[in-house]
Amino acid sequence: MLTYTVKRIGLAIMVLLIVMSAMYAMVFLVPGDPASLALGPRATPELKAELTARMGLDQPLTTQILNFFSNALRGDLGYDVWSKRPVLDQILEVLPNTLFLGILSLGWAIVLGIVLGCLAVVWRGTAIDTLLGVLSVSMIAVPPFVIALYSLLIFAVWLNWLPAIGAGKPGDWSSQLAAALLPAFAIGITWVGYLARLVRASMLEVMGANYIRTARAFGLSEPRIVLRCALRVAIIPTIAILAVGFGSILSSAVFVETVFSRPGVGSLITSAVAKRNYPLVMGTVLFMTTFYLFVVTAADLLMAWLDPRVRDVFRS
Amino acid sequence: MSSAADPLPRKTLPLPASLRRLMADRMGAAGAFIVLFLLAIAIIAPWIAPYDPLKINVKAKLLAPSWEHWAGTDHLGRDTLSRLILGTRNALWIALTATGLAGVIGMILGLIAGYGPRWIDGILVLLLDSLSSLPMIMFALAVITVLGPGTQTLMLVIVLVSIPGYARLIRAQVLTLKNADFIQAERVMGASLPRILLVHLLPNVVGPLVIVLSMDVPVVIMLEAGLSYLNLGVKPPEPSWGNMLYDGYTSLRQQPSLVIAAGIPLILATLGFTFLGEGLRDALDPKLQKRLP
Repeated sequence: MLTYTVKRIGLAIMVLLIVMSAMYAMVFLVPGDPASLALGPRATPELKAELTARMGLDQPLTTQILNFFSNALRGDLGYDVWSKRPVLDQILEVLPNTLFLGILSLGWAIVLGIVLGCLAVVWRGTAIDTLLGVLSVSMIAVPPFVIALYSLLIFAVWLNWLPAIGAGKPGDWSSQLAAALLPAFAIGITWVGYLARLVRASMLEVMGANYIRTARAFGLSEPRIVLRCALRVAIIPTIAILAVGFGSILSSAVFVETVFSRPGVGSLITSAVAKRNYPLVMGTVLFMTTFYLFVVTAADLLMAWLDPRVRDVFRS
Repeated sequence: MSSAADPLPRKTLPLPASLRRLMADRMGAAGAFIVLFLLAIAIIAPWIAPYDPLKINVKAKLLAPSWEHWAGTDHLGRDTLSRLILGTRNALWIALTATGLAGVIGMILGLIAGYGPRWIDGILVLLLDSLSSLPMIMFALAVITVLGPGTQTLMLVIVLVSIPGYARLIRAQVLTLKNADFIQAERVMGASLPRILLVHLLPNVVGPLVIVLSMDVPVVIMLEAGLSYLNLGVKPPEPSWGNMLYDGYTSLRQQPSLVIAAGIPLILATLGFTFLGEGLRDALDPKLQKRLP
């Protein structure tokens, strides 16, 4: 377990170093220097010189990358080109909104996904199973931001039940929840379909096992077997998938947050990309990538702890 | 993995039989019809569009659907239906070429990693793992920031984020086949490296790749529309379902018909390609695992 832990964490750190160096170097591969790209047509020589010095662009590339990493380690992700505020402050300001949205989306998706998956297993082979199958595939296929736009039109504009923009008043939980309902619906729906399929597939695998046959021989009812015996085992792969799913939730959040003009990491980085605000984009990318790698690595370690077979990956 | 289980490696896909199986699967057949329909529209787009999709007519702005404009008009008075039809062409062109290109590059890298020397394999695997362990959207946004938005950047981003999956798939299969008897026999008989790779290995590993490629097309269509919605993909005034949805969003309260109309082909396309991909997988190789959304 110790060897696995050390190697897994080492791999994550190496990946992070490679990716960030590549990304930082990429800025220099394209024609035109970042300062004038960021400033655009408004660039005057003085402004450019000031920005170049502030971003440390007058130093050699290797020094810049080293500086970037040593600053990042100390929690300094640089400063916004326009507002001159620290990048980290801006991220931490909106991160709770995105996390709240992500947890809410996954929360309802897990509950409904598992219920639908169980229903499909109970009625396996029937028309209901087929219908649920088509429904799950459709939920996976339809882009979350189109669902966001349609639900915005129906529930916020036509019916006026829920707010169309923003994240609610700070400190007012009910308004924050109301503002998060539609975005969470749009993001979660993909996961309902995905989890329903996953739960169905892993449960069908378990249903053939001997102990299920024993349970049936003892006269337990089918729903009881599904809920008490099969679900417990089938839930493990579901947990494993959720950590990896963080990346795709983040991706949906980028689009959905923009649709609802909701402050969050997604809308923060999109507006920064549009303005070519390098420090803000690179800082957010570094922050979210680190966060993502942390989640995935932690999930892998958890799985290795639960299931010793996983630990053999590095041995071959 | 899948092909290795077959004692007799097959050279080509048994198409007629698998096509019959695809048509027997109602979902797969529906997907195939939707995809053929969209492809037909994309090909004949310029001839069936009732109006010039770029022609601005401010007097006729934000019209509701009518006999003259079946899907209404946008904030500049451009005909929505014509723009949707040309948007179909853009969406399919970008999705199919980018996915195809990524498939070819991924295949080459996979062959090199699987069949080449250990050290090249090590380096390639590390690079591919680094690329695929990034949250896709973060990587895409970083590349767009550096290169500036546009159709070419969009295609590059799609190709880059798709390569690792395909290369790994091919590599894994090549590794299992590399020491199979028929490959060793070829080597003993003195077959050249290109002959072993292209004539003997490739036909045996390309089947699963085709399935995975077809299942990735809807994801790419979604990414194109999403980035175009954020104004980071296809540049206006060039029509794309994504930037039309954005135009519709800005005039949502005055005229909701644009958002409704622009969402329909996007949903149709992602559903059609997903159904087709699922159907193809079931018909050709049921053992291949479903990937993450």
